[in-house]
Amino acid sequence: MAAIDQATELAAKPRARWGNRLERAEARTAFFFLLPGLIGMVLFLVVPIIASVVLSFTNWKLLGTPEFVGISNYLRLFTADPQFWPVLRNTLFFTAEYLVLNIVISLGLAVWISSLKMGQRWFRVVFFLPTFTPGIAVAIVWMLIFAPGGFFDFIMGALSIQIPSMLTDQTLAMQAVIIVSLWAGVGYNTVLFNAALDMVPQSYLEAARIDGANAWQRFWKIRLPLISPTLFFGTVMTAITSLQVFDQIYVMTRGGPGNATATLGYAIYQRGFQNFQMGYASTIAWVMFAMIMALTALQFWLQRKWVHYDN
Amino acid sequence: MTTRSRSRLSLALDILNHGGLLIVALIFLFPFFWMVSNAVRSNAEVLAIPVRILPNAFEWDNFAKAWTQLPFGRFFLNSLFISTSVTIITVIVSCLSGYAFARLKFPGREALLMAYLGTLMVPAIMLIIPLFLIVNSLGMVNTFQGVILPVAFGTFGAFLMRQFFLSIPMELEEAARIDGASRLRILLSIIVPLSMPAIGLLSLFTFIGQWNNFLWPLIVMTGSENATLPVGLTYFQTQAGTQWNFIMAGAALSMLPGIVLAILLQKLIYSSIALNAGMGGR
Repeated sequence: MAAIDQATELAAKPRARWGNRLERAEARTAFFFLLPGLIGMVLFLVVPIIASVVLSFTNWKLLGTPEFVGISNYLRLFTADPQFWPVLRNTLFFTAEYLVLNIVISLGLAVWISSLKMGQRWFRVVFFLPTFTPGIAVAIVWMLIFAPGGFFDFIMGALSIQIPSMLTDQTLAMQAVIIVSLWAGVGYNTVLFNAALDMVPQSYLEAARIDGANAWQRFWKIRLPLISPTLFFGTVMTAITSLQVFDQIYVMTRGGPGNATATLGYAIYQRGFQNFQMGYASTIAWVMFAMIMALTALQFWLQRKWVHYDN
Repeated sequence: MTTRSRSRLSLALDILNHGGLLIVALIFLFPFFWMVSNAVRSNAEVLAIPVRILPNAFEWDNFAKAWTQLPFGRFFLNSLFISTSVTIITVIVSCLSGYAFARLKFPGREALLMAYLGTLMVPAIMLIIPLFLIVNSLGMVNTFQGVILPVAFGTFGAFLMRQFFLSIPMELEEAARIDGASRLRILLSIIVPLSMPAIGLLSLFTFIGQWNNFLWPLIVMTGSENATLPVGLTYFQTQAGTQWNFIMAGAALSMLPGIVLAILLQKLIYSSIALNAGMGGR
């Protein structure tokens, strides 16, 4: 009897997977539930990704017929375009400085907030506020602060620091963009790291205190290793967004002075929507994607050395 | 040291610690103050050298003027319409897809879910050019549907809703199924009401993301009458005789919803970010 049961069960199995009527009905329901999302995803994600690859091998200029030009866009980008290497350098410079300062400042603020006995959540809200406001508005307010004879110059004057106007100076313009980006961006990581610090079990810190570890040692030996997975997550996400920087630069400098603050994101916009070189702009976009992937891979490789996962 | 003087010392350190961060926080808030302070003064006073921290004459009606004259009011309504529409579509589509992924069996479910997750890795700026070409070929440049539809089908929402639906006990819908309720009915009358925290979170972040979005509406909305608030803000920035006071008023208007939501919904925001912190890198 049991053998027969087993036999019928075995025979029924392949059909039972998707064969029976109820399950087919369920799959049909699933199809209708997924349909709106699928149409949207295919039309606005899958097709654009494929189109972007194809475009990067053409010389399409919006009007006229696109012509397949092989890898000549990529060749031109790396060997002939006088603006590409400065743009790449600016992007990497921005990302490196912004990333390091963002993580250091937000971690510092997170630790400081977690040391408070009261008002923690209000401090979190304060530093988080710019995160929820349009980057364009933030940049415009800071433009007024940095304007010649504006508040920044006023403070510098009061401190008797001789400094050229931030937004029109070749080297300082990028620093101005970084300051604004930091103000707009540290809040998220501050809250993220603060939340991670809150999850460190008090008993660990208590045990270390009893063993005679001071606050400095408790931070480096216990809290930092325990929040390192979150630190890693924050670093990866921040790196990905900072490689795409655009809004602040569009408002504050338009890539200038000269091309001192022109980044990859700005170059894509400029080539694509000011010069209408859709093919060439797509090439730059793919270079950016390759950089994002490379940087993320590098960070995943590095994490083995410093990220501590407790299992 | 006696215990009393030690506790007095630690109290002093505590006050110093709070006071120190309070000063940092006040400095951090300065750009907000500077924006409002310059919004309510005459343009001549904005440009006055040396700078004045507070205006000599407060012109509170600058907000009303910026709303009607520039016209930031129109831009505000455009932004509101676009952000709200994207949010509504995103929530509906995400609930439907999320339910299918969480509760319905169909061939290729896991593979499709992985594909959805994979698209999250593609940076938005990559898609800008082909998306514009699609919108262009559909004849939707400078239309609201042109700006709304391409950004309303992000796959993150489906994943978020799936995760939340999985945490809802199966028994709750089984009774309804035995009674013969359709899946759509179950989703609408049982699952959705239980999922308000997740729907709220998705709505909040979708709305704010679109409200703050700049590059996409900048490209699609070629006519100034359809501009969103961030795009509109940049129109007046390069003109000679820039009306800085009105621009600051416009900037303040554009920041208002985000600031209000960040304060009112701080617990929801904190708990969602804490969830990220808990899952970070795992």
